[in-house]
Amino acid sequence: MSETLREIKELTDASYEYGFSTDLDTDIAPPGLTEDTVRLISAKKDEPEWLLAWRLKAFEAWKSMDEPDWAKLEIQPIDYQSLSYWAAPTQKPVLDSMDDVDPDIRDMFDKLGIPLHEQKMLSNVAVDAIVDSVSVTTTFKKTLAAAGVIFCSFSEAVQDHPDLVREHLGSVVPVRDNFFAALNSAVFSDGSFCYIPAGVRCPMELSTYFRINSQNTGQFERTLIIAEDDSHVSYLEGCTAPQRDENQLHAAVVELVAKDRSEIKYSTVQNWYPGDENGVGGIYNFVTKRGRAHTEAKISWTQVETGSAITWKYPSVILQGDRSVGEFYSVALSSKRQQADTGTKMIHIGADTTSSIISKGISAGHGQNTYRGLVKVLRSAKNARNYTQCDSLLLGSECGAHTIPYIEVKNPSAQVEHEASTSTVGEDQLYYCRQRGMTEEDAMSMIVNGFCREVFDELPMEFAVEAQRLLSVSLEGSVG
Amino acid sequence: MLHVESLTASIGGTPILNGLDLDIGSGEIHAIMGPNGSGKSTFAHALAGRDGYEIGGTVTLDGVDLLDLEPEARAAAGVFVGFQYPVEIPGVNNMYFLRTALNSVRRARGETEIGARDFLAVAQDAMDLVEMKQDFLHRAVNAGFSGGEKKRNEILQMAVMEPRLAVLDETDSGLDIDALRIVASGVNALRGPERSMIVITHYQRLLDYIKPDFVHVLVDGRIVESGDHTLALHLEDHGYADFVNHDLDDTPERPLSGAAR
Repeated sequence: MSETLREIKELTDASYEYGFSTDLDTDIAPPGLTEDTVRLISAKKDEPEWLLAWRLKAFEAWKSMDEPDWAKLEIQPIDYQSLSYWAAPTQKPVLDSMDDVDPDIRDMFDKLGIPLHEQKMLSNVAVDAIVDSVSVTTTFKKTLAAAGVIFCSFSEAVQDHPDLVREHLGSVVPVRDNFFAALNSAVFSDGSFCYIPAGVRCPMELSTYFRINSQNTGQFERTLIIAEDDSHVSYLEGCTAPQRDENQLHAAVVELVAKDRSEIKYSTVQNWYPGDENGVGGIYNFVTKRGRAHTEAKISWTQVETGSAITWKYPSVILQGDRSVGEFYSVALSSKRQQADTGTKMIHIGADTTSSIISKGISAGHGQNTYRGLVKVLRSAKNARNYTQCDSLLLGSECGAHTIPYIEVKNPSAQVEHEASTSTVGEDQLYYCRQRGMTEEDAMSMIVNGFCREVFDELPMEFAVEAQRLLSVSLEGSVG
Repeated sequence: MLHVESLTASIGGTPILNGLDLDIGSGEIHAIMGPNGSGKSTFAHALAGRDGYEIGGTVTLDGVDLLDLEPEARAAAGVFVGFQYPVEIPGVNNMYFLRTALNSVRRARGETEIGARDFLAVAQDAMDLVEMKQDFLHRAVNAGFSGGEKKRNEILQMAVMEPRLAVLDETDSGLDIDALRIVASGVNALRGPERSMIVITHYQRLLDYIKPDFVHVLVDGRIVESGDHTLALHLEDHGYADFVNHDLDDTPERPLSGAAR
């Protein structure tokens, strides 16, 4: 038994392969957060007056709010005045083609396996690359424009499509929603914007790749996706960060607006630096993601969370329109000293709304993994249905798995189902695979990937392969 | 081909195998019978290299010392165990599992890996052998399989792995008469001059279908009697009483636990 435990420990103490940092010339604001900081950011971005006013309102709200303390997380106190709220690689602000991208940045993305040259790209995926707080390039813009799809950095959207931004910004996640959302609303620097016109099926996958590079900076992106009536879009995001000894704060907000009969599929592979085996360093990933689904619209969240020292994240769906559909598929891995408190909220407002939740939590090392989910059926949500399945897998004896479902039903016609299971990777499973010739490492990886199958099946092909590989890497160590 | 000498095995100081000797020639089938707790399954696990046992003695396969090898290296050397309680591996496609297994041993032997298309042909032949339908390959390994399907899956794996030594641990337990016939005919089809088998069973019934060259009686972790198939018939009529000269040791054998049941 102790032999197996030791091996599991080795398997899960993997090193982080994206831990390099790139020496970029960077424009960094001095640490500290005051109204002047908010004004500075807005000015740097040459924003219209209404947006500055919106930020300042959020900042006022934030000052009176407290950090949430209800999650099952141990968080070192964060000194918000010691962080820098603006960091941008200094380069020409306007890019006409990929050739204008700083070669150092291109090299960095090549190293990450995300080539920004369109001819080298994965087929049919457009990428918005964001370093620290600023979008550095967006690929395939012309192809998308031909279909009427707008895919650009948030800053560009503010300049080029102010009416769309103004109408929808904060419409799903209001500035006062929570402490981190308020902070983001005050100081967000960039992010991705995406607009799919009515009746259009987006001709390619859209993808944002986030990279934190600078030290002692917070990262606050804002993503807004608007799908008009009868449109369809699949959106992917990936995240990595250098290996550093300090904790870094990442507080993003994502808002999805799915109009009548539209569909938004949002997939995340989050691999921020998780810290080392002693819990030193790593990203604090405090993210607010929410979508509003109008009549017969469908919003589907798929997340694979393998990184970050702490993950606090509940991608949610407001099922506002009748017959709207919400889905949440999640794999969360907590290894080393990682902590994850993640899940979803499904708010049923419309009649005949349905939601499903499939959550797979994997705990290894000293990791702590909590599923926290709310299924809320309002009085108006006649015949609402929810199905929830939460499975936890424990690798080793020093980790923890917790499942905290909240169910609030105000309409008696609702049907809500919840299933939960906890299992371990059995010695007998490993033995069975090894008797068939597989190494222990391959066997572990196969079993864990099998456990996550239902979620991986929801990912687009390239991401599914990436997710499997990531999971294997996160579990692999000095063995083999 | 297989040489077992003075093999001992214990768990936490409790002895289970107490000096087991056995020699098996190439192409031979040896049946091992014995009462509950006599160490039959432990023998299979000792050959496969399961963790948790203290092992002594000698086991060589074609001159290679197996006891020094990890389980996966023993598999590469040609050892295959058809388990009494095959475990379930949810979410892992049966075909993917099989191909990974086959390619793992091929890699370990320095052979080229087999591609998906060629593998399909190999798998198809194996499926025909145990009368499995196509959808079988696309289900998760043993998950939701009936008892009979699990045992047929073990024989399917054996057909794909083409082992040098197959150890079938109570492959007949939990099978109805039709499934028994399918499993036995699969095993018989896999007999060959280069493949030896150890068939562990409680009952003579299986040996009506799979004719062993030798039958051994295992009692208290030792082979106490060996003979041809008529020995099995004798056991059927008289039980193990002739070979057990004291109260049965109730030390339980160690089944694969957890997800298997």
